[in-house]
Formats: sequence, C-alpha cells, structure tokens
Amino acid sequence: MLRYLRRNRQLLAGLTLIALLLVFAGVGRLVWDTAQGAPLSGPPNRPPSWEHPLGTDRQGRDLLAVMIEATPLTLYIGLLAGSLGVAIGTALALVAAYKGGRVDAIMRGVVDVGLTIPPLLLLILLAVSLNTGLTVSQMALVVASLAWLFPARTIRAQALSIKERAYVQVARLSGASGAKIIFLEIMPNLLPYLAATFVGAVSAAILASIGLEILGLGVIEANTLGITLYWVNYYSALLHGMWWWFLPPVIIIILLFIGLFLISAGLDDLANPRRRRAV
Amino acid sequence: MPIRYVLQRLGLFVAVVWAAATLNFFLPRISGQDPVREKLMQQAASSGYVHTGINEMVEEYQRQFGLDQPLWRQYLTYLENVARFDFGYSIANYPRTVVSILADSLPWTIGLLLITTILAFAIGTLAGALLAWPRSPRFLQYLFPPLLTLSAIPFFLLGLVLIYIFAFQLRLLPLFGGYTPGRFPELSLSFALDVGKHAVLPALSILLASLGFWALGMRGMMVTVEGEDYMTFAEAAGFKDRTLFFSYALRNALLPQTTALGLSLGQLLSGALLVEVIFSFPGIGSVLYNAIRQFDYFLIQGIVFTIVLGVTFATLILDLIYPLLDPRITYERG
Repeated sequence: MLRYLRRNRQLLAGLTLIALLLVFAGVGRLVWDTAQGAPLSGPPNRPPSWEHPLGTDRQGRDLLAVMIEATPLTLYIGLLAGSLGVAIGTALALVAAYKGGRVDAIMRGVVDVGLTIPPLLLLILLAVSLNTGLTVSQMALVVASLAWLFPARTIRAQALSIKERAYVQVARLSGASGAKIIFLEIMPNLLPYLAATFVGAVSAAILASIGLEILGLGVIEANTLGITLYWVNYYSALLHGMWWWFLPPVIIIILLFIGLFLISAGLDDLANPRRRRAV
Repeated sequence: MPIRYVLQRLGLFVAVVWAAATLNFFLPRISGQDPVREKLMQQAASSGYVHTGINEMVEEYQRQFGLDQPLWRQYLTYLENVARFDFGYSIANYPRTVVSILADSLPWTIGLLLITTILAFAIGTLAGALLAWPRSPRFLQYLFPPLLTLSAIPFFLLGLVLIYIFAFQLRLLPLFGGYTPGRFPELSLSFALDVGKHAVLPALSILLASLGFWALGMRGMMVTVEGEDYMTFAEAAGFKDRTLFFSYALRNALLPQTTALGLSLGQLLSGALLVEVIFSFPGIGSVLYNAIRQFDYFLIQGIVFTIVLGVTFATLILDLIYPLLDPRITYERG
C-alpha cells in the first residue's frame, strides 16, 4: 500500500491535503476555544491580532474558531450526502444492470431526465419548499436526494461490461443466485470505480451545499465554510477590504477541492492501470 | 439523420420539461405548508400599512392555483399556465410579472454564459489538442498543471479572489454590477464599453476555471486518436503536419468533446449563477438570489423552470448537431 502510494503521487498528494485539513480541525479544537465562533463573542471587524489570529467578522465571531468548526462540518455534509448518493446509486445501478429489460429501461429514463436538469436548481426548489429550520444533517439529506443520479449512470455502465465477463457466466451456470452474483462477483470488481465515484460524489455534494449556502438556503446558524461565504457576501466584506474574513474559507475550500480532485485522479489511475498518463 | 434518434431526443426533451414543471408544482406541496400564503401574511403583517395590491395578490393566487379545486385539476391548470409562459406575479415586486423580470435579466446571463462557454471550449480544446501533440512547443507542458489546478476550483471562489486582486487592490476594474450605477441602459458605444468593463472579471472567473476541464478531456482523446491505424497511415503517406493535426487528429478527437459540452451545460450554468451573485451581475443569478432572500416563490419557480427549459433546449440542439459532426452515428440504426 505504502509502496503503491509512493508511485501514485497524485493519490498521495490528495490524501495529504485532506489529512492536513483534518489535522488543522482536530488540533485546532484542542488548542483553541471554539465557543468564540458564536456571534458577539468578540469585538466586530478586527483584523488579525494575537488575540484573534484570523481576526473577527462583522458579528464578532472569531474567524479562527469558525474555520476550525467549519472545515469538518462542510466535509461532514459532503461525506454524508456523497456516501448516501453512492450507496443508493450503486444499489439501483446493480439491480438495473443485472435485471435488464424493463427495470433497466425505467432506471435509465429516470436518470437521463434527472441528469439533464441542473441539480443546483432542483436543490434550490427543494430547500425553498422545506423552508423549516433544517439541521445540517437534514441539509445533507437534501443534497443526497440528487447525489445518486450520477453514480447510478456510471456504475451501471461498468456493471454492464463486467456482467458479460466469463466468470459471471460461470457463476450463473453453476447456479448462483442473483444476489450472490451481484455482491460476490460483480461488486468486488467494481470497487476501484466505486472509490473514484465516491470521491467525485463527495466533491459534488460539497460544491452543491456551498452553492445553496451562498444563496442563503443553508443552515444560517451553523458555522460551515459556505455560510461564512454567505456572510462575506451579505456584508460585502470584499468592498470593505476585510481580507482576513474571506481568504481563509476560500483557501480551505480550494485546498479541499484540489485534494479531492487529486485523490479521484489517483484512484482513476488505480482503476485503469492501462491508462497511464502521457505527460 | 435517423428519425428514430431525433424522436428519442425529442422525447427526452419533453420528458425533462414535463418533469421540471411537475416538480415545480408538487415540491412546495410535499412540505405540508403553504409558503406563499405564509409569505403574503408575513408581508401584510410586517409592513404595518395596507400593502397595495395584497388583496389582488391573494385573489390572483387563489385563482391561479384554484385552491378549492381537486389536486389533479390544479395540476392541469398549472401545466397549462406554464405552457403559456404564465408564471404569475412577483410577490416582492408586485405588480411586475415574473416573465417581465425574466426578460430583463436573461440577456445578461445568456450573454455572459455564451461568450465564456464558447471561448473556454475553443481555447481549452485547442490547448488540450496541442498538449497531446508530440510536435507542439515544449513550453505548453508547463501550462497544464496550473490549468488543471484552476479547473478544480469552483467559479465563484475564483471570482472572489479576482475581485479582491483586480478590483479592490489594483483598482483596474469595477467591483460589482453590470454597468456603472446611475447609468441608463442604452444602445451606444460608451455604454457597451462600460458593460464590457464590468463583465471582464465575471467572464474571466468562468473562463479560467473551465479551460482546464476542456483541455484535460481533449488531451485524453487526442492520445487515443494518435494511436489509431489511420494516423500511422496518414503519417506514412507524408501529409503535412498541419493537415495531420487539424484534419486527422483534431477532427476525430473533437466529437466526444461536443457530447461533454452537452452534458456539462447544467453544471456551467449553476456555476455562472453563483458568479453573478458574487459580482452582483444583473443576470438571472442575482435575481434568483434576491428572490430567495425575499421569499418570492413565484419568481423562484419561474426562474427554475425557465433555466431548465433553456438548458434542456440547448442540450437538444447539441444532441441533434452531434450526428452531423460524426457520420458514424448516422449508420447506427439507419
């Protein structure tokens, strides 16, 4: 495993970035008082100082405390929505690919229609309709409600090609049940794809949640990276030159996306060893 | 073009538009509460004075949804209204209709998105093709890692950084808006220049962040095409390098790029909406942002449906162009 990581430098770099962010959040929680992330816990609009290393925002939140809280919370939304999406999408894809016929046709129709509609818009509609003080986990569920579509499409295509392989035929001829073939023959061979799809789904879910939050449809009282950007936009922090307010969330989000992107590129390499990079 | 393929695409188009209208109708109802009425009541209560038009609005609302009628009747009425592009009145900007607000803001969004998408697609695709071409200049290879890194960053984050550097620190370009405040939109050169100046940063944030995506896809396809037998043949036949690049490699690698364009339209658009919010660009994204803040439900519904319609229509057009670009598809089921 370690030897493989040394060769797959993209995967290593991506994992390191995400690990660094988690270490920041973990250590930060131990050495810094995160209660200062609440509004009115300090003087407003202060640039970075010893007392507040990242300064404070317009409502007197200590931004270091906010970042320590927000980084894992945003990751949590992405992980919850992403894993639900991949689990549901994979289950549907496997059943559709294995059964074929009408089940497959219906699944494909629903996925085709669903993927044509820009997901952010449906999420906006859903979030506006619910409009009752959502919790962070419920918000992740809202995002997950569309996160299964893309995994369903890609996993179905992979499962269809695996289904035709000789070892699946052998298992079928030797009388294995449908569930057994799906879980013992097809599933293990899908694992590298599943991992890559999962990382993609997490990153898409984080992007969607931040999008909703910037538009003001997030959990307003929660300290997430997207909500911080919402306040940045709401109070025009840019026009007041309060760089300490918007740079930390921007940098953390950028590191998060680059980390996830590198991991998914690295996993892609793992899934298709033949597709070696030309450069 | 086989008729079966056209019918299939048209069917998908109709299905998506229908699904969008249906979700627009049913989603507000699954929550069991009536957000529109709540908003109207809240507005009436908070404004203190008698809000002009509130009675008409409630009446309009009752009439439009026919709340006393059975659900399936309401649903059919809604579909009928949507088919006539009648989304009712804006709650926050009564008596303006949703359609008139859309008509004001759509050109801004379409202009921004069309120009940036075409530029990003053209430049990114060409860059990707050159990156995979063995005889292209070496310095191009150094362009790739930064492009790739930028493509992992959401548009609006890049926008924030660009505003801070170019508008706030260097003061080269305006901070926000679509034109200088106080100016009246008119058809003149100076106004066009003003709009252009305001559009540079929003356009740049979309352009820079999407170049890498196109370059990456194109490079992968070029590598595959270069391994094909007809490339070896063409090379052995002694064609000029330029001919090899454009007529043999690029042309064949371009086809999957076009499909990718169709598939990513929705994503591009969602990204552009948020860029508009960050820049207060007067397009549909900013209207949506304000509508959400004011809980202008009809406006939100109208925007969602219009955007879905637009994206689906663009996808349909691309799907219909695709077989023309790739003669191989025509013979599939001829």
